[in-house]
Amino acid sequence: MLDSTLVINATYVVSAMLFILGLKLLGHPSSARKGNLLSAIAMLLAIVVTLLDNSIISFEWIVMAISAGSVVGLLLARLVVMTKMPELVSLLNGVGGLASLLLAWSTIAESSDFTVVERNVIFFALLIGGITFSGSIIAWAKLSERIVGRPIVFAGQALVNIALVVGIAVTGYFFASQVEPSFIYLVIGLALLMGIMVVLPIGGADMPVVISLLNSYSGLAACAAGIAIGNNLLIVAGALVGASGIILTNIMCKAMNRSLVNVLFSGFQTVTKSNIKIEGEVSPLSAEDAFYVLEAAQSIMVVPGYGMAVAQAQHAMKELQDLLETNGAEVVYAIHPVAGRMPGHMNVLLAEADVSYDLLLEMDEVNPRVESFDVAIVIGANDVVNPAARDMKGSPIYGMPVINADLAKNVFVLKRGMSSGFAGVDNPLFFKENTRMIFGDAKESLNTMIRQFSD
Amino acid sequence: MDTISLLFILMLSIFVGFELIRKIPATLHTPLMSGANAISGITVIGALALAGGKGGDYVTALAVVSVFLATINVVGGYVVTDRMLALFKKK
Repeated sequence: MLDSTLVINATYVVSAMLFILGLKLLGHPSSARKGNLLSAIAMLLAIVVTLLDNSIISFEWIVMAISAGSVVGLLLARLVVMTKMPELVSLLNGVGGLASLLLAWSTIAESSDFTVVERNVIFFALLIGGITFSGSIIAWAKLSERIVGRPIVFAGQALVNIALVVGIAVTGYFFASQVEPSFIYLVIGLALLMGIMVVLPIGGADMPVVISLLNSYSGLAACAAGIAIGNNLLIVAGALVGASGIILTNIMCKAMNRSLVNVLFSGFQTVTKSNIKIEGEVSPLSAEDAFYVLEAAQSIMVVPGYGMAVAQAQHAMKELQDLLETNGAEVVYAIHPVAGRMPGHMNVLLAEADVSYDLLLEMDEVNPRVESFDVAIVIGANDVVNPAARDMKGSPIYGMPVINADLAKNVFVLKRGMSSGFAGVDNPLFFKENTRMIFGDAKESLNTMIRQFSD
Repeated sequence: MDTISLLFILMLSIFVGFELIRKIPATLHTPLMSGANAISGITVIGALALAGGKGGDYVTALAVVSVFLATINVVGGYVVTDRMLALFKKK
C-alpha cells in the first residue's frame, strides 16, 4: 500500500523537475521544441503513475474520458490556423479553468471531512476556476467576433459588480464555514457571472492583456485545486503557469503604457478625444516608385502590425525580403510586443511565413539603431509606430513605448486609407517629410514591388 | 500534508517560475502560453483518482468530465505548441 504512494510521489518529483527543465529550454528558439517535449514527457509520466493509485477501482470511464479528450485536443491543435491562436489559447484557458472547478467540486462532493481552511481553499478553487472559464469564453467570443469587440457597459454596472463581490464573499463564508454547504451552487453561479462581468467591459484592443491574465488564472485555479486535494505536482505546475501569465500580463501592460487596473476598468471611462491638430502634408507614392528606393537601399527594417496578418501579406513580404537580400540589402523585422493579438503572435505568423527567427528583433534591440536604416517599411501597423507617443504630451497614447520608425532615413507606410488605429489617435508619422504613403492593399503593393524586381 | 507545507511549495514554485519565464524571449511568448495551457491540464492527475474511485455516481461524473477537459488541454496544448515551435527556423 505504502509502496504505490511512494512510487507515485517520487515520480511526481521527477515530473516537476522535467516541467522546470522544459521551461528552461524554452528560453531559446533552438532548444524550445526539446523543452516542450520534455514537458510533455513529464505530463505523461505523471498521468501513467497516477493510474497506479490504489483508490482507482474502475478504469472504464477514465479510458473513455482520456480518449475523448485526446481526440478533441488533437483536432483543435491540428486544425487551428496560426492567425486564430489567440482564440485557441483563450478557449484552452477556459477549459483548464472548468477542469479545476469540476475537480474541486467533485472533491467536496466525495467527502464532507474537511477543515475550515481546506474548505476555504476549495472555495478559491471553485471561484478562480469559474471566473477563468466564463471570462475566457467571453474573451474567445470577442476575439472570434461572435460578440462585438468594443467594451460592453451598461448603467449601474459598477453597482452590480460591487453587489457581486459582496455576494461572493458572503456565500463563500457560508460555504466554507459549513453553515450552509449547499451554497456551493451559488458560489459557482456567482463565479461564472463574475467572469462574464469582468471581461465584457474590456475592449478588443486590450485582449492581449486579458488572455495573459486568464492564462495566469488557469494556472492559479490548478494551484488552488492542488492545495485542496494536497497534491504537490498540481501546485508546482499551477504556480509555473500562474507566474508565466503574470509576467506576460505585465509585459503587455508596459507595452501599452497602462496599468492592469486601467485595462480592466477603462471601459467605464469616457473616451478622451485629443484635439491636437497635425500640421503637414501627406505624400503618397506608388508601389512602382517605391521599388527604386528599395533597390538602392542597403538596410531595411520591416515593422509589421496585425493589419499585415489580416491582409495575409506576410508571405509576400518574405518573398520581397528574399529579393532584397539577393540584391545585397540587410532586412530585419522590428516587432512591438502588442503587434499581434496576443504576446508573441506576430513572431509566430512570420515564422510560419518562413522568416528566420534571428531576423525578428524586439523593440529595444532595434530602436537604438533605427537611424541607420535606409528604409522602414510599416505594414498594417499604426499606434506602435506613432511618434506622438514620444513627443506629444496630451496625446492619449503619450508615454507608450513605440518603434521609432520615423527616425529611419525613409519611411514607407503601406495602408488602405488614412483611418486612425485602435487608439483612435491621428498619426503624425504619416505627415513627416521622410514618410511616403503607399495606399492600397498591402499584399498587392508588395506584389507590385516583387514584380518590379523580377523585371 | 498540512496546508502550510503546501504553501511553502507554492511560494518556492512561484519564484522558480518567475526566474525561468523572465528569460523566455518575446519571440516565444505565444508557444509559452499554449505550453502553459498544456501544463495547466495537470489537474487531470487530481481528477483521475476521483474518476475511478468509489465516490458514487455524482463524484465520478464530475471527475470524469474534469479528466476529459484536462486531457483536451494536455493533448491540444502540447501538440499545438510543438506545431508552432517547428515553424521557428534559422537560415
